[in-house]
Amino acid sequence: MFKIALCVKQVPDTTDIKWTENNTIQREGVESVINPYDIYGCEFALKIKEQLNDTEITVFTMGPNQAQDMLKKLIALGCDKGVLISDKKFAGADTYATGKTISSAIKTVLPDFDLIVCGQFAVDGDTAQTGPCIAEFLNIPQVTYVKDFSEIDKKSVTLTRELEDGIETVKTTFPALICVLQDDFEPRRATINGIKHAQNQQIKTCNMEDLNLAPEQVGLKGSPTYVSKAFRNQSAHNAQKFELNLQDSINLLKEKIANAGGKDA
Amino acid sequence: MPNQDNSGIMIYAQITNENYIHTVFYELLDKAHELSQKLGNVEISAVIFAPESKLEEYKESFRNMGVNRVYYFDNPKLENYSSIYYSKLLQELVKEVKPEILLIGATTQGRDLAPRVSAGLHTGLTADCINLDINEKGQLAATRPTFGGQLMATILCKNYPQMATVRPNVFKVHSVNYETNTEFIKKDTSIIENLYNPVEIKEFKKTTQTLINDLDNAEIIVAGGMGLKNEKGFELLKEFADKIGGSVGATRPAVESGLAPHSIQIGQTGKTVRPKVYIACGISGAIQHTVGMENSEYIIAINNDADAPIFDIADCGIVGDVFEILPEYMKN
Repeated sequence: MFKIALCVKQVPDTTDIKWTENNTIQREGVESVINPYDIYGCEFALKIKEQLNDTEITVFTMGPNQAQDMLKKLIALGCDKGVLISDKKFAGADTYATGKTISSAIKTVLPDFDLIVCGQFAVDGDTAQTGPCIAEFLNIPQVTYVKDFSEIDKKSVTLTRELEDGIETVKTTFPALICVLQDDFEPRRATINGIKHAQNQQIKTCNMEDLNLAPEQVGLKGSPTYVSKAFRNQSAHNAQKFELNLQDSINLLKEKIANAGGKDA
Repeated sequence: MPNQDNSGIMIYAQITNENYIHTVFYELLDKAHELSQKLGNVEISAVIFAPESKLEEYKESFRNMGVNRVYYFDNPKLENYSSIYYSKLLQELVKEVKPEILLIGATTQGRDLAPRVSAGLHTGLTADCINLDINEKGQLAATRPTFGGQLMATILCKNYPQMATVRPNVFKVHSVNYETNTEFIKKDTSIIENLYNPVEIKEFKKTTQTLINDLDNAEIIVAGGMGLKNEKGFELLKEFADKIGGSVGATRPAVESGLAPHSIQIGQTGKTVRPKVYIACGISGAIQHTVGMENSEYIIAINNDADAPIFDIADCGIVGDVFEILPEYMKN
């Protein structure tokens, strides 16, 4: 059997952030959604499952109990099992401690995995760090910025990477970890049968003891970094706004572009 | 906790496919000089993965830059970037040299390398910083956008080295001539002979863009958002950009709905730019976008929604219809 560990994250809906009077983020009543990049990770894993017989996808997520619903949605899409890594002691983990915890869960629940699939970024933190941290802790190779795969068999896969200056094609054997970028396709929707099937699935949960981790290794205590202050971003630009007729708007635009040395002004 | 053994600032100098040192290195170096001063003039070192045969060229690149030492690794296996080899060698070097700060450019390579190095060294890493400073306790205070850019967080690190990545174009380079004697030190690479690296590079195709764009070096950028409605809107934008000598950029929603390629996306999950003039056309001004362009010297916004948040950060906001203003501009 070909075993895929898919790592996903629940994130606050960052398009809908509201501010309190003290310029802190209002956290109450903010919807949690699956990190958009992880949807592509899921799609990537499902595409492999379609091409490679006898593939099993186990979804891992670290988060509160409510994250079970997200796992069930992913099972409804075609993933096979869900693992919720959850413990109050995990709270406040940075990418190092998160990587440590998730890699321990994979080692415990799915030690004979072939491939780990992560989204390239999470939209809340956008560090792109947890995937490579997991790879380092498990001592396996990583391929980041993956756009697609071409040939795959149970021993190896050929992947295309989208880098800032071009497209790279690499081949790797398993085990390996990949971080997946968004792609142009429309992610699939769950079928009625899928949703029914998911309702009856048991989600496995792991806490700190199950993973043989100590309190100093997890959560805020196990995190080398910590936030010393958080503040609202303030602009240095002077926010002048003009409501003019068309010709005056064009003249203004010409003047401003000319000041900056644009041609044809 | 503070460990007196660690001292100095180390910077990773990425060698590009065209065999020069990535410009983000010089931006990090400029900031490193400022940090070094605040720490009492600590040593600044750089790391390159480069063959000895090319060393003379690179020596030229480091001349008068104020780098005390350059450590280099030369091994045929290191010709192409490999996360396994590079991260292992960098970890070993850090264990030996013990810098208090390790800075890496947030290129795709840097973002692949840095987290792996930090995990292996059991230390913290702050990604995509927009500012680096030294606090009153002598710690690296790394500020980065979070929550889709809506919040800024200043992050400290308990362990050493304190690691940070910074994207290209975030820090400015001030030309200063340092009369420093730079020592080049070759480091042993035998440790990688026992490592297994199954990732094999088959092919690399350099991107040839139809929208010819060099957003990193553009003095004028004309960027479009969902207000451009469709591909026709981006064609209009391109025509306008050509007319005034600018490059074209796009917001994430515009890229996600297929109006523009990912390579020209500006914002938190795209590029960071700092042109002389940034002209935002039909862009509402979501913070995920503005974090990537607010360092532009002068921002012009054109939007028909007078309440669009983009007007809060524009130096000159023009309330109006892009589809009227741009064609008319090009006519006369």
